[in-house]
Amino acid sequence: MGNKTILHDAHQNAGAKIVDFGGWDMPLHYGSQIEEHNIVRSSSGMFDVSHMTIVDVQGADSRDYLRFLLANDVDKLAVTGKALYSGMLNEAGCVLDDLIVYKMPKDYRVVVNCATREKDLAWMHKQAESFAVEIIERPSLSMIAVQGPEAISRVKQAMPAQGALIDSLSVFQGLEDGEWMYCRTGYTGEDGLEVLVPQDEAVSFWEKLLAAGVKPCGLGARDTLRLEAGMNLYGADMDESVTPLQSNMAWTVAFSDDRDFIGKTALLEQKESGVPSKLVGLVMTERGILRGHQAVIVEGEGEGEITSGSFSPTLGYSVALARVPASTGDHCYVEMRKKKIAVQVVKPPFVRNGKRVYK
Amino acid sequence: MSNIPGELKYLSSHEWVRLESDGVTATIGITDHAQDLLGDVVFVELPELEAELAAGDEAGVVESVKAASDIFAPISGVVIAINEDLEESPEVVNSDPYDDGWFFKVKISDAEELNTLLDAEAYTEACAADDH
Repeated sequence: MGNKTILHDAHQNAGAKIVDFGGWDMPLHYGSQIEEHNIVRSSSGMFDVSHMTIVDVQGADSRDYLRFLLANDVDKLAVTGKALYSGMLNEAGCVLDDLIVYKMPKDYRVVVNCATREKDLAWMHKQAESFAVEIIERPSLSMIAVQGPEAISRVKQAMPAQGALIDSLSVFQGLEDGEWMYCRTGYTGEDGLEVLVPQDEAVSFWEKLLAAGVKPCGLGARDTLRLEAGMNLYGADMDESVTPLQSNMAWTVAFSDDRDFIGKTALLEQKESGVPSKLVGLVMTERGILRGHQAVIVEGEGEGEITSGSFSPTLGYSVALARVPASTGDHCYVEMRKKKIAVQVVKPPFVRNGKRVYK
Repeated sequence: MSNIPGELKYLSSHEWVRLESDGVTATIGITDHAQDLLGDVVFVELPELEAELAAGDEAGVVESVKAASDIFAPISGVVIAINEDLEESPEVVNSDPYDDGWFFKVKISDAEELNTLLDAEAYTEACAADDH
């Protein structure tokens, strides 16, 4: 038996198929993964993501500490509540985890993956030794992601007193309301909110969202939505064997002369000697499905591998992320069920705001 | 608990067979338990019409959001019909696996083979063993 979120009974009552996810019993779907996917693209769905790890970084050195710990630079966060996506790297420049950091009124709040929780916390504590910071995990907060073109209006309907605060949020900003925090972030490629809510109020919030017409969605739909949106999944698309430069995350690395951060030297060396591989999007319009670990063949260049692949419910055919030789052009082949099939190489994302966006 | 009709025969690989009233036609599909394991079905690859299948042959592929799974011919025979509706509406395999979600029909070449298949009780046991 795995860990259970406070919403576990609500999921079971809604007919969820429960699976293990990083040691947590989580809903895979509540009947049809594809219907849930389409609901998020067309109206609004909600995901229990309380398994995610929320960590507050506080103290006099919190800014200096995070500028050293993360490949992206928290000094980009000029306004309270603004959020930043970053990799947390080891000395070899490889990805320990990806995370979101929010600038709080005084300090910072970080949200990391659940499967990497222990490793991340150990690393954060170890790196904190020479800084005046406190690393405080917040297990008493649940997290519900409400996503889709109608998500924000339905959350306002469920929580009318918070309408003005929600309206004030810019994209990628989160603001507190007592113990609660409303964040205009997500993992689907749609507008929406991720709401941090005290555990003892999570069930009633979930029920209010249900009453406002928001449909429960499982981690299955979350995975196809994030894949269409071209968002990496830690442990599949990148891990400790690759750098952000090999993971379509170069935009999250802030190389400025005056800032040292863990992994910087290794990344500069890799840039100098040549980044050997890159993470690209693949599109296959014929029947069949691209899946993780299928071999990719790039004629004259070498081989690669699909890191995540699925049927795209929005597009009606299969898409994937794959790590391929850096010199790969606009097409390659995938080995699938003993056949070699030509596929198109594109730059992710595939879908944003319900529409195809790749070229 | 999944639906396992008593009048059908089964393979432990989750195909079902229905002997039609003419005594020579068999209809084949995948079970409720199989569609539940697979999740949303998005493609079904069916055998060619008039293909001669031997029991145990690969007869097609069903692909869901989660996995691709081979379909095996439970009995020998010539393919006389395929369910073309599955091309447009593969989700019928999830919603109605034993009726509208059928895959193909064969003209049986050896009716004795039906006796080698699992009955509902034996298939139920096979599924229970799978779950552990």
